[in-house]
Amino acid sequence: MNSSLLNKDLWKEIIESIRSNGFRTIITAFGVFWGIFILVLLLAASNGLKNGILRSFEGTATNTVFVWAQGISKSYKGLPKGRRYQFNVKDANALRKNIKGLKTVSPRNRLGGYGSSNSVQYKLNSGSYSIYGDYPEILTQQSLGMQAGRFMNYSDIDKKRKVAIIGIGVKNELFTNGEKVLGEYIKIQGVSFKVVGIYKNNSSGGGDAIEKQKEIFIPFTTYDQAFNNGNKVGFFAITADENHTISSLKEPIMALLRKRHDIHPEDKRAIGNFDLFEMFKKVSGLFIALTGVAYFVGFLILISGIIGISNIMLIVIKERTKEIGVRRALGATPGNIRSQVLIESLFLTIISGMAGVSFATFLISILNLILDKIDNPDMMFANPSVSLINIAVALFILTICGLLAGLIPAQTAIKIKPIEALRNE
Amino acid sequence: MIEIKDLHKSYQMGSNSLHVLKGIDFNVQEGELVSIMGSSGSGKSTLLNIIGILDEADKGTYTLDNTIIKNLSEKVAAEYRNKFLGFIFQSFNLINYKNAIDNVALPLYYQGVNRKERNEKALHYLEKVGLADWATHLPNELSGGQKQRVAIARALASDPKVLLADEPTGALDTKTSYEVMELIQNINDEGKTILIVTHEPDIAQMTKRIVDLKDGLIINDTYIEPVIAKAHV
Repeated sequence: MNSSLLNKDLWKEIIESIRSNGFRTIITAFGVFWGIFILVLLLAASNGLKNGILRSFEGTATNTVFVWAQGISKSYKGLPKGRRYQFNVKDANALRKNIKGLKTVSPRNRLGGYGSSNSVQYKLNSGSYSIYGDYPEILTQQSLGMQAGRFMNYSDIDKKRKVAIIGIGVKNELFTNGEKVLGEYIKIQGVSFKVVGIYKNNSSGGGDAIEKQKEIFIPFTTYDQAFNNGNKVGFFAITADENHTISSLKEPIMALLRKRHDIHPEDKRAIGNFDLFEMFKKVSGLFIALTGVAYFVGFLILISGIIGISNIMLIVIKERTKEIGVRRALGATPGNIRSQVLIESLFLTIISGMAGVSFATFLISILNLILDKIDNPDMMFANPSVSLINIAVALFILTICGLLAGLIPAQTAIKIKPIEALRNE
Repeated sequence: MIEIKDLHKSYQMGSNSLHVLKGIDFNVQEGELVSIMGSSGSGKSTLLNIIGILDEADKGTYTLDNTIIKNLSEKVAAEYRNKFLGFIFQSFNLINYKNAIDNVALPLYYQGVNRKERNEKALHYLEKVGLADWATHLPNELSGGQKQRVAIARALASDPKVLLADEPTGALDTKTSYEVMELIQNINDEGKTILIVTHEPDIAQMTKRIVDLKDGLIINDTYIEPVIAKAHV
């Protein structure tokens, strides 16, 4: 009955004994306060860094692999090595038909190949932009928010319409403010295209955020015809559905493509690929490690705080030897004394810990207010925050630590014999 | 009330063994007021510790209110102390951050008595020692005599069988000592069994029986007509 946590008198005893050493208690509790404060701050910082980096993946289907043709490095079926080959639209259909678990297979072309850009003119203005020949499905792999007009559709594909969807960056450079954009004609490598839509790429973070707004999308079939491309496909963007990871489907995709293009099954170099999912996983893994480091460092600092509490409790108990002896003589059992010391240390730890958590979250919210004002998409730091789970974990650690801190002093306290009370100084 | 037979106790002092009690036979009936006298080293404090279940004898038997006190766990010892015994100390040993009434209520707290009943009882005993008006005062706001009276109220609070007082007047001046003895005599008159360890003969004269201890043995045990403390206050 006396050891019940809900016992009002027990709490009164504890508050009284803490208050009787007010200043020292505050100084000691500061250690735990500081430890948990640092822990929460570190967690928030690693979270902020994570949010900043992951922002660059935002709007992109991360379960995606990019596949392109490279030089053959092994001779096969009488064909020599060093041979060049090209993917074609039929490959896309074959992939869709034969590989289960794919959501989208987008054949794509980029004018001039990887990394190049092309001159585009409108009236007297001109600029250099990346030009993509695409199917409407690309919208499921890239997040293009339409600002005005429309995206391409299958009618455009079928009729090979010369329409273009331009990025907001292109619009800002080629057109003056307030000028009519939709329905106007721009010239891409001398070929006129009608602007039917303006997009804004929503993957805001990352280093190429500005470049992403300076792309022009035209229908795949139009691209073939206008730039004399035949049926060739520059590269595929292949996304798996929710039940599969693209990494697990990569091998069957490669095998199929090798077979279709008479490539040696062991020829690893013939098909280039970039696995966005793997990359995403690596980055995510990095942040798990970072969170681990935050916990580790925070925990170590916390431990020094705990040792402080344990230490001061020991001193307090030494000073209160006589009082504990008197209590024992008046009928306190060792259990009474132990629970009082344990709860006292638990109480100190949790109160100071919660103060640390509150102060840290307060600082974080101020930081967030400042960060919100500086809305820079290139910043690698966004929305530092701690989740409720993190707080729960911190609380759990605090409870364990509080008990640990009280353990040694409690053992010391129950060793005090009531006979001490009779001993006159 | 108290029956002690052939009690021995020795302490290990490094390699030497110090034989403190060398066979004590001692009985106290209910309602007695006994003083135990002796010079320091006579073993009187050790005897009191054993009677108070604060220490255990090496040999011999100790029966308190028909309960044999032997090989008790800390928990049971605490329970017996709470139930059977009330302690009065030379240096009062009040808890300095608790006010008078909370100090008096402490043994009841360890008995698990609820707050309301505890405070009622505590106030009753404070009244008994004449300090009801001082209930909410902290010990450092009280005089030495008042502190000892609060301590006596605390010792009475759990309504124990025996009061044990270790030099209860040792820290007090003569006048205050007699006031405290008057209180003790009054409590005894109501039927409480009281044991006092003292080395002051005038205090011993105010009890009904004087037991002299020397070198671990009882050398004298006489019943006397007590000096009435009230007459000297």
